[in-house]
Amino acid sequence: MSACEKTPEAGRIDGRQLSIRLGRGADAFEAVQALDFAIEPGEFVCILGPSGCGKSTLLGALAGHLRPAGGSLLVDNAPIAGPSPERGMVFQHHTLLPWRSVLDNVAFGLKMQGVGKVERRRQAAEMLRLVGLQDFASRWPNQLSGGMQQRAEIARVLINRPRLLLMDEPFGALDAQTRARMQELLLDIWTRMRTTVVFVTHDIDEALFLADRILVMSPRPGRFIEDLPLTFTRPRDASLLTSPAFVHLKRYCLELLRHEEGRELPRLTPLGLPTTEHTPLRIAL
Amino acid sequence: MPPLVFPRWPLRLASLAACLLFWQLASTLRLDLGLVTFTYVPTPASVLHAGWALLESSKLVSHLCSSLARVFAGYLAAAVIGVLLGLAIGRSKWAEDSLLPPLEMLRPIPAVAWIPLAILMFPSSEASMIFITFTGALFPILLNTVHGVEGVDPRLIASARSLGAGRLETLREVILPGAAPSIVTGLAIGMGTSWFCLVTAEMISGQFGIGYYTWESYTIQNYPDIIVGMLLIGLLGMASSGLVKRLGSLATPWYRNGGQSR
Repeated sequence: MSACEKTPEAGRIDGRQLSIRLGRGADAFEAVQALDFAIEPGEFVCILGPSGCGKSTLLGALAGHLRPAGGSLLVDNAPIAGPSPERGMVFQHHTLLPWRSVLDNVAFGLKMQGVGKVERRRQAAEMLRLVGLQDFASRWPNQLSGGMQQRAEIARVLINRPRLLLMDEPFGALDAQTRARMQELLLDIWTRMRTTVVFVTHDIDEALFLADRILVMSPRPGRFIEDLPLTFTRPRDASLLTSPAFVHLKRYCLELLRHEEGRELPRLTPLGLPTTEHTPLRIAL
Repeated sequence: MPPLVFPRWPLRLASLAACLLFWQLASTLRLDLGLVTFTYVPTPASVLHAGWALLESSKLVSHLCSSLARVFAGYLAAAVIGVLLGLAIGRSKWAEDSLLPPLEMLRPIPAVAWIPLAILMFPSSEASMIFITFTGALFPILLNTVHGVEGVDPRLIASARSLGAGRLETLREVILPGAAPSIVTGLAIGMGTSWFCLVTAEMISGQFGIGYYTWESYTIQNYPDIIVGMLLIGLLGMASSGLVKRLGSLATPWYRNGGQSR
């Protein structure tokens, strides 16, 4: 059995009366409010909800980038204290370091652990093979397509053997075909490296195709309005998308989300509010 | 048929030639435009002659060496201090609030205004001259570094921390390379400003240095030599800025589009 196929021990999530506030002073608001939920180790959970409903905010708190304002958020019965390699995060747009080759990007987590160059590159090459990028190891990240960048990003997170894999609309910026391929790839990797996955999306098809269970969230303040277990057999493929049971559940989800229509909210990010524009250059001569 | 691509250097050379031609005409005709007059401006030929004389004298090397040493000493100090301060200010609100106000107040003070204090504060005139070139280079480097650090994508920092990077590692692996293109710009601009503080610096004293040579030529009314000095400073400034940019792009290979790693 190769190193890629080891399974992390745990990854249980407990949220009790969890609230997260964003913004400052008079502009502050509760992005998510009084969430009660539990996610089992190794479960693949999709959080489905409209844009700006606070699902990314919850993900940011799980990653340790945002602090809960009330209630508790536990991973394996321990409160979350800041970011950790045990809780890997994949953003909508890749965050590979532009100045490192794809191989060294994937090896980054091992470098932080103090693993030697030869060994970490060997393991990184193995991870790249797992996501099908072995031929692109020496490229710069900006030389890859969007789908390849996300594959490299996933490899970089998984090399740390995280208990949680947190994904914030990771395929949202990809074209439909690439997205479908990436979904199948993700499920394939997940069967080999079983870890708890929390996958945020506003795409009903995507949630139904991927998850063991869907938590549907209402807009701001975010609350779970439905907890939907999915029993489609695995491995899943594209034929699932047209099966009657799938279409039935899709209709149900559409109905749920339609209730919440009519309020367009700006997208939130796992790092809090969308950042304001870059400061202008203060150049001195 | 592919579109015709004209090489760009003929136009660039023509532009330089046009400037020279204008200079030649204006100075030989003693052009007087009322607001500005070319009556006392030496002709290109006399400048060339003066330049040749300087080249033949033994002094050119000494002038060049003194100036280069001063500029590089001041520049190097400015680069180190500017980048370190810039990193601190860009990363920490506390450092920004405590360091930036006095720096912003010092920034508009021109090099020439520093001369008396520089003479009073430093033991040797050499050190005070280096200080003047230092003030010239410091602020572009500092402010570009701050700008570069503040411009690093917060998602990159968040990701690095999620992958296990501590404060120091984040600085080394994310902040510094992320700010590098902006730092390189600051270093290139600082190189230029350091050179144009040189004449000011070398007004202080000395026997050698291009700036000193230029200033001395003015006091003894040797006008062609002034222009020789000016052109030399321009040339050296341009060359060293180009060198910094070249070194900078070697240090940031990912920044050139489509670069292949290793």
